[in-house]
Amino acid sequence: MNIAKPNSYRSGPDERGHFGIFGGRFVAETLMPLILDLEKAYTEAKADPAFQAEMNGYLKNYVGRPSPLYFAERLTEHLGGAKIYLKREELNHTGSHKVNNVLGQIMLARRMGKKRIIAETGAGQHGVATATLCARFGLECVVYMGAVDVERQQPNVIRMEMLGATVVPVQSGTRTLKDAMNEALRDWVTNVHNTFYCIGTVAGPHPYPTLVRDFQSIIGNETKLQMQEVEGRLPDSLVACIGGGSNAMGLFHPFLDDSTVEIFGVEAAGHGLTQLHAASIAGGRPGVLHGNRTYLLMDADGQIQDAHSISAGLDYPGIGPEHSWLHEIGRVNYLSATDDEALAAFQLLSKLEGIIPALEPAHAIAKVMELAPKRAKDHLMVVNLSGRGDKDVPQVGDILRGKSK
Amino acid sequence: MTTRIDTRFAELKKAGRSAFVTFVMAGDPDPATSLEIIKALPKAGADVIELGMPFTDPMADGPSIQAAGLRALKVGMTLKKTLELVRDFRKDDNATPIVLMGYYNPIYIYGVDKFLGDAKTAGIDGLIIVDLPPEEDDELCLPAMKAGLNFIRLATPTTDDKRLPAVLANTSGFVYYVAITGITGAAAADASAVSEAVTRIKRHTKLPVCVGFGIRTPENARAIASHANGAVVGTALVDALKNSLDADGRATGKTVNAVAELTAALAQGVKGAQQAAE
Repeated sequence: MNIAKPNSYRSGPDERGHFGIFGGRFVAETLMPLILDLEKAYTEAKADPAFQAEMNGYLKNYVGRPSPLYFAERLTEHLGGAKIYLKREELNHTGSHKVNNVLGQIMLARRMGKKRIIAETGAGQHGVATATLCARFGLECVVYMGAVDVERQQPNVIRMEMLGATVVPVQSGTRTLKDAMNEALRDWVTNVHNTFYCIGTVAGPHPYPTLVRDFQSIIGNETKLQMQEVEGRLPDSLVACIGGGSNAMGLFHPFLDDSTVEIFGVEAAGHGLTQLHAASIAGGRPGVLHGNRTYLLMDADGQIQDAHSISAGLDYPGIGPEHSWLHEIGRVNYLSATDDEALAAFQLLSKLEGIIPALEPAHAIAKVMELAPKRAKDHLMVVNLSGRGDKDVPQVGDILRGKSK
Repeated sequence: MTTRIDTRFAELKKAGRSAFVTFVMAGDPDPATSLEIIKALPKAGADVIELGMPFTDPMADGPSIQAAGLRALKVGMTLKKTLELVRDFRKDDNATPIVLMGYYNPIYIYGVDKFLGDAKTAGIDGLIIVDLPPEEDDELCLPAMKAGLNFIRLATPTTDDKRLPAVLANTSGFVYYVAITGITGAAAADASAVSEAVTRIKRHTKLPVCVGFGIRTPENARAIASHANGAVVGTALVDALKNSLDADGRATGKTVNAVAELTAALAQGVKGAQQAAE
């Protein structure tokens, strides 16, 4: 595609929420006034030093930031190429990067006087983070989760319930993340007066992709400082997994204008790109769903197709609109990893570093296993370890035992 | 230019009554039965037909209309076949306005210009696209107006006086007032709140205002129609259709009649209402 390169990759979106042709506000009229209110509240909050100061306090003392940038020495030795650093988002309170965004949105909800919070969740990490902050601030919390995901991510369902949230298993459609999002939107349309929709990724109608990106950019901003401290320079490459793409956008965005930094996003290739998968950029094309225009998996009639990934958090037929734009403009390279590759990476990192990753970032590790050996030993590669694998232990255990029989 | 929608509302105004607007899903439960159903609707008293375009992810619809769309998709319904359905309907009926209702993605994928040309040729008069607010008018609303199709906007309880002018700016045909904040088939609409809202909208536009969401019975229909220029019923008709199907979800000998009979009863309700004051 022939698109002129912008002066900066970080200036988007425009005032209507567009990143190139992507993004926008494709929602029912009932929601439009609320979305405009949210945009206004966010603009005001951003300019309010007290908002930032309060958030920084919680990020430090409640979330536990900054998260470490850890040199994965044994993984580096094993792969024999690039020097690999892990950005340890899995050490955050609640076990993933999701909490960074949820904290920001819950503080916005409080500013807007909303007392009821709804969220969609795939792997349950966003649901757990939302339930956690709702508990902390005494807000009602309802989490929509596909019935298939409720089954395969039981530990997170139990956690959400312990935190006082109501988990609603969604039986419609494919009963995964996309259907959970539909159901959350239906709830929002119905309870628009008192409800704040806490979206878990860099997707949905404007301003969500922007505000989620901004709240997650702390990942990349910290990485920049930490790498400067330990190596005295910028990293040479960044790798992160992508479902909707919030952990990736959070790591990538602060580096987009650093032209020496190679950037890799890793989609879920499921059983393989010619079979069932969840790689919207590799296997999809631009369409409109869930409030934005972006790359989607769909058939010739524009009907949304089922996604598949071993990882519930990546099992979504779309991707955030800013990623679609970064793909078309060529700033980020989008790769994909299969279920089997992710499982192998899951085991490798567990055994070499004593860190059990979530299945989602295991996809990123899988591509690091390919990329790192081809890079020089002084190449600095950062991978976002976006979540820990506790939630996946029962599922992976079953798969591995099944395989060893 | 004048569409069948404009003509129909002018006739109804002359006759001093409100419109009965029916919604069914194109291709539900199969294309042939669906054609028989939409042919039966005007005979049973429907003044305007809204035809749902099946979509996998209907974010503003309740379980009944979600299921109707999935039934249609399961038997291979596509946007192209929906247009064919209207073309077949037009062979016998060149007066009843047809409005396609649904979500943007299938149209976007079909190609906006090609869709508008084919829709006009097929005999479609208007479009209601749930996920295209005025903020996205460039996508389809403005091209549709240019192509001679009415773009019918939804106004809702959250559309306040400040926002109404923007919502009404490029609306034509009629205004569809969504009587509740919620999804199709949910709570019942309250007639006095509806009356207030219709009066408010009418301060901003000369277009007819039809009211939908939450209307299920002839009594509801009569109450709403006496405060508006039209009452829209969807979920109740889709439910009647569904209840007539066999255990495998296929049409039976009762299917067309089930929809026609409820349509006739609801039409009586609407026709019993006094036309709302202008």
